[in-house]
Amino acid sequence: MWAYIGRRLVLAIPTLLGASIIVFAMVHLAPGDPIAAVMPVDASKEQIDAVKKAYGFDQPLPVQYLKWLGRVATGDLGRSIATRRPVILDVRDALLNSLVLAVSSSLLAFGAGIALGLLAAFRQGRALDKVSSAVAIVGVSVPHYWAGIILIIVFSVQLNWLPAMGAGLDGGIVEYLRHMALPTIALGLIPLGVITRVVRSAALDILAQEFVVALRAKGLARRRVFTHVVKNAAPQIFTVLGLQFGFQLGGSVLVEAVFSWPGTGYLLNLAIFQRDIPVLQGVILVLATFFVLLNLAVDVLQTLVDPRIARH
Amino acid sequence: MAVLTLPHDTAALPGAPASYWRTVGWRLSRDPATLIAGGLLVLIALSAILAPWIAPHDPNTGSIRSRLAPIGAPSHPLGTDEQGRDMLSRLLYGGRMTLVAGITPVVVGFLVGTVLGVIAGYAGGVVSTVVMRTMDIFYAFPAVLLAIAISGALGPGLPNTLIALSIVFIPRVVRVAESATVQVKGLEYVAAARASGAGVPQILRYHLLANVLGPVLVFSSTQVSLSIILAAGLSFLGLGITPPAAEWGLMLNTLRQSIYVNAWVPALPGIAIFLTSMAFNLVSDGLRDAMEIRT
Repeated sequence: MWAYIGRRLVLAIPTLLGASIIVFAMVHLAPGDPIAAVMPVDASKEQIDAVKKAYGFDQPLPVQYLKWLGRVATGDLGRSIATRRPVILDVRDALLNSLVLAVSSSLLAFGAGIALGLLAAFRQGRALDKVSSAVAIVGVSVPHYWAGIILIIVFSVQLNWLPAMGAGLDGGIVEYLRHMALPTIALGLIPLGVITRVVRSAALDILAQEFVVALRAKGLARRRVFTHVVKNAAPQIFTVLGLQFGFQLGGSVLVEAVFSWPGTGYLLNLAIFQRDIPVLQGVILVLATFFVLLNLAVDVLQTLVDPRIARH
Repeated sequence: MAVLTLPHDTAALPGAPASYWRTVGWRLSRDPATLIAGGLLVLIALSAILAPWIAPHDPNTGSIRSRLAPIGAPSHPLGTDEQGRDMLSRLLYGGRMTLVAGITPVVVGFLVGTVLGVIAGYAGGVVSTVVMRTMDIFYAFPAVLLAIAISGALGPGLPNTLIALSIVFIPRVVRVAESATVQVKGLEYVAAARASGAGVPQILRYHLLANVLGPVLVFSSTQVSLSIILAAGLSFLGLGITPPAAEWGLMLNTLRQSIYVNAWVPALPGIAIFLTSMAFNLVSDGLRDAMEIRT
């Protein structure tokens, strides 16, 4: 088992390096010169060359990559071209806001999704099961950015209950929570659908197994059978929860854009339109690293919980 | 992961036709949700294709005097947008862009992904390691982030959207195709074909592909709804289709500011994305059940 965990850890290194190459290459895929966007149109050739040299854009690409990777490894993501602030500071603040939203929407979606999925499995074919199927299909089909706009129309424009924009950072904890409400719901829709569906099918798979029939045959109370089913379905559900949490963090770009929530997605969006390359790279790299490490953690925890996995 | 189910002996089903594909068709014909969703898809596709003939107005000409007309306004049944352009006409035309931008990447992913996956799965060894490790790298990014990052770097426009989304879907198809190929490759009938002197091309063409295509096709069909949501999402962010073209995500973006004037007209393009994506999800669910493939 430990050998398996060790191998998983080692395999994450080439994945991370590969991700860093993609992030680095992304910038050079971009049409036009990254410098041209920030220089005044009447800048002289010498001025442009000086700026290029200052940013290291005059060197061959592999050299640029290795130097960049070396700096990244020490936590230096460069400075924003737009604000001149160190990228790592902007990313850190934004990541914190995104994490808050990822956690709150995950809690909402995981709680509701697990409850709905389990209830549906135990009431297969009944009204509640139909409701759960509807939730599942709507959750995975709804464009969540549109759902965000609908929430704003209903709760901000029509009812005037909740704020539509920003995070209310100056207004204390209550204001922050009020600003969190709508983006949390919008971001929770997809995982709610996915988890309801996965939990239902995982529970149904277990319910169809012979040992459950045996438990029922020996007259075990329904509640105790339920516990057995939940315990056996847990590893599979756990994997999906881990993956979904990662998607929440990386996938919040659109929702953050709708609500102007000052997270990584909002920062990324801003960086794209200002063609602020160091910020763009920094955000994507940090999110990808986080995502890889999270998947790794899920894998390792899963192996610890269920050592049979290591044998496959 | 795809669990492969080979064509079943269907003799046990009363009234069921004999061949695998006819069984699949027979099952689909008894699945009302899939049939209704399929009908909706045909309707959406037809309205997009026929847009130039059935749209009541030019989608790109507006009138300042009739801006943001509400739903049910005379001569504008679904109202008008912030430039006074007819919403019904723009929704009809918008479907063309959204469907092309959403479906093309999955088709590209299906074609390229199947080839790469079958090669990796059949060859094994170094080839498999190189292909699969490269694909793993793309899994380091959540789909939304990867699509936005690539199109953010490439810049707006339909071709760049198609490139960005194809890069999202190729690795996913490769994984499914590879795992299905490895499963089929180990089956006895493939060994028998090899033993009786069939070359690699024959084995791939006649013995492997037929059984690999099923799971890959079903998996790809499940990805269309995600692709449509992402394609419209890119346009919504201003990274996809560029104005003044009509595209559902872009319309949602430009109408966003108008929710304080006329709350419900801006919701329409989202309803179109939602219905299309849900119809694709229901159809792919039905297809998966009918073909008895688990993905």
